Amino acid sequence: MVTMKELPKEEYLLKGHAACAGCGPAASLRMLLKALGNKVFLIVPACCTTVIQGPYPFTSFDVPLQNILFESTGAAASGVVAALRQRKIDDVTVVGWAGDGGTADIGIQALSGAAERGTNFIYICYDNEAYGNTGMQRSGLTPYGAWTTTTPSGKRERKKDMPMIMAAHKIPYVATACTAFPLDFVNKVRKAKDIQGTKYNHLLAPCPTGWRCDTSKTIEMGRLAVQTGLFALYEVENGRFKLNSPSDRLIDKSKRKPVREYFGGQGRFRGLSEQDFAKIEKWIDEDWDQYRKLASECA
Amino acid sequence: MTKRLVDTANHLAGYAAKAAKVKVVAAYPITPQTTVVEKIADFVESGEMDAEYIRVESEHSAMVACIAAAAAGVRTFTATSSHGLALMHEALHWASGSRLPIVMAVVNRAMGAPWSIMPDMSDSLSQRDTGWIQFYCADNQEVFDTILQAYKLCEDEHVFLPAMVCLEGFILSHTYAPAKLPDQAKIDDFLPPYKSGWVLDVGKPSSHANLVSPEWYMEFRYMIQEAMENAKQLIPQIDREYGKCFGSEYGGLIEKYRCEGADLVLLTMGTMGSDAKLAVDELRKEGLRVGSARVRVYRPFPVEEIVKLAAGTRMLATMDRHISFGMEGFLGSEVKASLYGQKDRPLFAGFIAGLGGRDVTAATIEKVAKKSLKMLDAGKVERETEWVDLRE
Repeated sequence: MVTMKELPKEEYLLKGHAACAGCGPAASLRMLLKALGNKVFLIVPACCTTVIQGPYPFTSFDVPLQNILFESTGAAASGVVAALRQRKIDDVTVVGWAGDGGTADIGIQALSGAAERGTNFIYICYDNEAYGNTGMQRSGLTPYGAWTTTTPSGKRERKKDMPMIMAAHKIPYVATACTAFPLDFVNKVRKAKDIQGTKYNHLLAPCPTGWRCDTSKTIEMGRLAVQTGLFALYEVENGRFKLNSPSDRLIDKSKRKPVREYFGGQGRFRGLSEQDFAKIEKWIDEDWDQYRKLASECA
Repeated sequence: MTKRLVDTANHLAGYAAKAAKVKVVAAYPITPQTTVVEKIADFVESGEMDAEYIRVESEHSAMVACIAAAAAGVRTFTATSSHGLALMHEALHWASGSRLPIVMAVVNRAMGAPWSIMPDMSDSLSQRDTGWIQFYCADNQEVFDTILQAYKLCEDEHVFLPAMVCLEGFILSHTYAPAKLPDQAKIDDFLPPYKSGWVLDVGKPSSHANLVSPEWYMEFRYMIQEAMENAKQLIPQIDREYGKCFGSEYGGLIEKYRCEGADLVLLTMGTMGSDAKLAVDELRKEGLRVGSARVRVYRPFPVEEIVKLAAGTRMLATMDRHISFGMEGFLGSEVKASLYGQKDRPLFAGFIAGLGGRDVTAATIEKVAKKSLKMLDAGKVERETEWVDLRE
C-alpha cells in the first residue's frame, strides 16, 4: 500500500485545466497520472475530460492523449496496443479513460470487444452517474430516483452493474474505486499496470455540479457512498472476489451508515419518497447478500 | 522477381496490404469483402506478413482501431462493404479530420433495405463528403496497383489524407483473373516506410483532436481542401511513376479510350469502364464516333480533365451505378457542375444502370451510346436522367 507521502511530486494533470470546481473525475485523474507516471498513452472519448483538457492549441495534460469517438474507447485501445507492439515499445501503459455513458451505454460494445480480445490495457470508467458533459442527462449508470435533465421526476430504473458485467468477461482484473479513497485507487491502478490483459476499474467520481451539492462536498459524498454500502470497494482478481477496506467491514449491516445521510446531501435525490427509500435499502441488502456469498466462496 | 498468378480481386487486395508492409489490420467480416480479410488472416498466421490483425466486433471499431494505430505510428489497412461502410461513417470523418493516411478497400455492394449482396456504388458514393480520397478500379490488377499507389499518395506530406480503393463486389471481388505481383524489393523502393504528419508518443506529450473554437476550425477544413487539390496534382504523377516501375498505368485521374474526334464520350466508373471499351470498339466498327472515359478518381473530382474532355466532343453521357434520390447520379451531377463555367458545353445525358447488381454488359453500353447519339442527332435531350433496363 502506497502512502500519501510516497506519492510522486510530479504533476501530469497541469494547472489551468477546465474542470468544474469540486470535480471528482479531475481529482482522480491527477491521482491516476501520479500512479502511472508519464509513460502513459491516454485514450479519451467524448466526455467531461474532452473539456478538462482545455481548447486547442492548449492542453492540460503532460502525457500523450488521443481524443476519440464517443463509443469507441475499447477499439482505440486495441489499435494503440497493436501499433506499440509492432514498434517494439513495451514500457508504455495504455489507459482508456471514459465516462459512465461512454462506458455503460454507447461504448459498451467496443469495451466488451476489447475485453474479449484481451487487449492489454487499463480501462477506467469514471462514473458521475449521468451525461455530465452535456448537462446531466440520464445514463445507464444513473441511480434509481436521481433527478437528471431527462428524468425530471427521478429515474425509475436501476443502475447497471457494470463492474460485474466486466467480471463476467473473465478478464484478469476488475476493481471498483472512489474519488474519496485516492490511495486505494492508486494502488489498484498500479496493480492493474503489472497485470497482462484487459483490466477494468470502475471509479465512482462525485460531481457536485450534477449531484446538486456544494463543491466542498465531493469527498464527503464519495465517502458516504461507500460507508452507506451503496457503492462497495472490491476487486475481482482472476475470478476471485475480495472486498477492500473500508467496505470489507460492511458485510455487518450495523456498520453501514444510514443511506439517508448520502441522499440528504444531494439535491438530485430531493424527490425520493419513503417507498423509494425502502426499495433502495432492500436493494442494498440484496447487493450485500451477493457480496457476502462471493466473499465466502473466494475466502 | 515478378510473380504471375490467377486470383480474385479480393485476394489481390490482401496481397497488396502484404506488399505495402502494413503493420496493423483491423477488420470485421461482411459479404462480399470477407475474402480480403481471410487472406490477410492467413498471411498473418502463417508469418508471411509481420502485422497485427485485430478481429474487432464491428466496422465502426475497425475504423477506430485503424485511426488509433495510425496515430500511434504504423501503417494500417482495413476493408469493408455496404452497411459496414455506412456504420463506419462517423469514424471516416474522424480519420480524415485527423489527417491519417489510412487505406481501405471498399468492395462495393448495394445498400438495404431490401437486403442485397450484389454490387453498386451507393455505399462508397454516400461517403463522398467524408474527406476520403476515392479510387474506383476496373480490373483485378488495378486493385492491387491502386492500393500501393494510394499509400504512396496518402503518405505524401502534401496530402496526409485517407483513401478508399473501391472495387465492385463479385464482378471483381470473387472473379479470378491473371495478375502480376511485382518484385518486393522494387515495391519497397516505390513505397518507403510509413510516414504521417504526426505520431502520438511518450516523450512528446500532446492532446490530439481536442476541442477547437470557431477561430480555428475553418482553417483545419481549408487545409483538407488544399490537400485534396494537392492529391489531384500528385495522382497522375504517382500513376506514371508506378507505370515506369511496374508496367501498369491507368491514366491518372481519368482513363480515356478512343476519345479523339469522338462525337460522344461515355463517362463511367469502375468495371463499366472495361465494358465501355469493348462497346466503343464495336461502335467504332459501325462507323460511330464514340469514346470512353472512365473516372478513376472521384474525390478529388477531376474537374479540369472533364473540361478538357468536353472541349473535344459534341456530347457527354454518364452512366451511374448509383442514384442520389431526388436528384440523379452523382457522376452526372459532378460532370455538369464541372462544366458550368464553360461557354460551349456539349449536350449531356445521364443514365442510371446496374443498381443492386443488375447486369451491365458491353451490349447495354452500346444501347446507351446509340440512344445518346439519337439525342445528339435530334439536338436535344428529352429526359436528363434515364434508367437503363428498368422493368415496365
